[in-house]
Amino acid sequence: MSDVTIRPDEPHLSTAEVERLVEPSRQPRALLWFNTIVRSREMSIFLVLVLVVAAATIKTPSFLFSANSWRDLLLTPSILLLLAAGQAVVIITRNVDLSVGSVLALTAYLTGRLFVDNPGIPIVVVFLAGIAFGAVLGLVNGLLVGLAKVPALVITLGTLYIYRGLVLSWAGSDRINASDMPEGFLSLGTKSVLGFPVLFLIAAVVVGVVGYYLHSHRGGRELYAIGSDPDAAVLYGLQVRRRVIAAFVLSGSLAGLAGVVYAARYGTVSAGAGAGIELEAVAAVVIGGVAIFGGSGTVWGAALGAILLVTIDRALPILGIPDFWQRAVVGGLILSAIVLDRVLSARQARKLVEAREES
Amino acid sequence: MTAGSGEVVLALRDVSKSFGPVVALRSGRIEARTGSIHALVGENGAGKSTLVKIVAGVHRRDAGEFLLGGEEVDFGSTAESKDAGVAVIYQEPTLFPDLSVTENIFMGRQPTGRGRRIDRAAMYAETERLFARLGVHIDPRRPALGLSIADQQILEIAKAISLDARLLIMDEPTAALSGVEVDRLFAVARSLRDEGRALIFISHRFDEVFGLCDTITVMRDGSYVDTVAAAGTSVDGIVSMMVGREVGDLFPKTPAELGEPVLKVEGLSSAGLFHDVSFEVRAGEIVGLAGLVGAGRSEVARAVFGVDRYDAGTVTLDGTSVPKHNPRAAIHRGIAFIPEDRRKQGLVTDASVARNIAGVIRGGLSRFGLLTGSDEGRAARPWAEKLEVKTSALDMTAATMSGGNQQKVVIAKWLATDPRLLIIDEPTRGIDVGTKAEVHRLLSELAGQGMAILMISSELPEVLGMADRVLVLCEGRLTADIPRDQATPENVMRAATQTHQEASA
Repeated sequence: MSDVTIRPDEPHLSTAEVERLVEPSRQPRALLWFNTIVRSREMSIFLVLVLVVAAATIKTPSFLFSANSWRDLLLTPSILLLLAAGQAVVIITRNVDLSVGSVLALTAYLTGRLFVDNPGIPIVVVFLAGIAFGAVLGLVNGLLVGLAKVPALVITLGTLYIYRGLVLSWAGSDRINASDMPEGFLSLGTKSVLGFPVLFLIAAVVVGVVGYYLHSHRGGRELYAIGSDPDAAVLYGLQVRRRVIAAFVLSGSLAGLAGVVYAARYGTVSAGAGAGIELEAVAAVVIGGVAIFGGSGTVWGAALGAILLVTIDRALPILGIPDFWQRAVVGGLILSAIVLDRVLSARQARKLVEAREES
Repeated sequence: MTAGSGEVVLALRDVSKSFGPVVALRSGRIEARTGSIHALVGENGAGKSTLVKIVAGVHRRDAGEFLLGGEEVDFGSTAESKDAGVAVIYQEPTLFPDLSVTENIFMGRQPTGRGRRIDRAAMYAETERLFARLGVHIDPRRPALGLSIADQQILEIAKAISLDARLLIMDEPTAALSGVEVDRLFAVARSLRDEGRALIFISHRFDEVFGLCDTITVMRDGSYVDTVAAAGTSVDGIVSMMVGREVGDLFPKTPAELGEPVLKVEGLSSAGLFHDVSFEVRAGEIVGLAGLVGAGRSEVARAVFGVDRYDAGTVTLDGTSVPKHNPRAAIHRGIAFIPEDRRKQGLVTDASVARNIAGVIRGGLSRFGLLTGSDEGRAARPWAEKLEVKTSALDMTAATMSGGNQQKVVIAKWLATDPRLLIIDEPTRGIDVGTKAEVHRLLSELAGQGMAILMISSELPEVLGMADRVLVLCEGRLTADIPRDQATPENVMRAATQTHQEASA
């Protein structure tokens, strides 16, 4: 019987490669770890980040080696880090949340109003109020997506405008200024602990907790399953709708937290705060290796993507790249991340099939 | 009815289910007992899968009794049936390709340790144990992506075993397995039976049904026919119960003058789908392509038309070869292809009838690259009239029409290209009886005008009534080429269920 067709142009895999692909358990533990870490998408983004920082530092040493530069390197991405963590969770479930910029504006303005209307209000209460308000806005998104069976892209595009409309009519031309907020709150934006800015630490803790949950808890793994194949998830008996709603609530709460952080960092809040930042969050997630159709990627990757995105923004002017090209570079980065994603996953699938035939 | 020894785990009586006007299950009935493997057999569309999905909680029954362990149940979701101890292995494995094999088995019920953290080590160890029991070698850490269908099936079985289910339903689990893999699966099934579980096994392979099962329930056209003990019956007895209906004059194929061969397919192969398929279709001839679901019928048709690639073989139309993987060239040469799922692949349901009909000839209609609605209407009218498409206006959208009329629009669309060869996949699926006859009359008429027609159908009476010749595919290989006067339900069914134990799989 010769039903095996021989295609000479096909590359053959080495035994080691076959083993890495289909029998990872056979490898020594150390190699297994090496492969999962060094071959990871996160590692390559981290290397690009190091390259960008190195290039900028060589050109202008003060990019890294000055009093404020280390702080800026970590502080600037803090807000985007929070948004990217929430966005990653939503995108992993094969959805998207475009309303986060408007949620951020609403909670940032709420933060200012709370301080103005309730002098002496504890800072912790303001944080909790911001998170809770964001959670409610996220719940609205989640319920609409879960019940209406309309793609999240459309639903959250709608709430993007609705929430922005709310803050515009609430704030009007009013602007919260630094003088309206207590010193203790604003100093969060500049204070450091052990050399790390406080706001960055908040974001890092959030990324750490969310990433851990996604990696090691049932609920987190179910989010991956839902994004990987929503129909199969239903047949498995997973609570698809409830999980998706929870993902939106999380994204909303983190956007709410980001709003409070925004107020602390910048000291002024107007109705236009955070306009367009939702697309940066999506970009960070995609650059960070989360598949846009869900099911794979990590919050750590999304966080690195956020830092890379913000750092490139700051490094390109130093490297003498004109304004127009700076945007184009970011665009190129997003496109190459997506193309890379497709190419890598197609290659992975092909290799797995080859490995099956050879083993 | 045969009285089994074990206690009744599952009992369905007079269960029915309709999807809109289509009755999928008229009166489903089955009784599964502990310590028994119960076969459920019937032709395609006999309602087996619907029955399974009701038990699994995918669908809710419209009427009838559904008892599990003696208690009346009504599952609204798969989670509920799982909790009640029902595990189902579907025909099509449902896996998460991005996740590891182990995660696929344990999703939603992973072993957890301190702080509800997933205990990955325990999970991997348990998977190793499951695979060892099944006698397979799959790495627990590898991704599900890239697994062969057989391994995916094994994964589903491992999942069901780990669920510790009291009722295990296997919907054609062996369709893609080789002989060795089937033997292993059967050994597992028997050991599960001996542990006192109830198993329901759906298969088209009679040797397997008789080799494994003790009781057989036959279904036909959505209804229960009979339940018999496997020891007291034979393959012929089962086949006659399955097909037991008369092939009437419902299908008026008028004999036509057969001309030159129009389509010649030689040695067509595509890895994992079909092997070495050769046949020809003459002018004026209707060739029926029969076989069970998954036998590779649609895949062959799609390869001939050029939608899918193939690895080896040639397709020639009127003596000149048709290029691979190029549907545009195929249309240009005169091949028309009407796919199975017309709502998805054959019709722009949101567009008007006229636009749909004019769709494939758009290039020839446009002037200076522009296409006007009136041009489309003018081109579409004669075809719509010829086919008696019942629609008040040609600008009505296709989505609002009945299944039968939609099918006519799809046929009209392709006739407008004036094809030499028409490939039609399941021409009357989901169509009411009256329109069915019209579609058949139309096909017969087209053949009479010298068109070559390759018709794929799961409905045996349709194949037998319409086709001048019946080709039977079984697991990707042609197993029979039967002329009209010799074709009977029995010999077609036999060829369709014949297994290839001797072939290397």
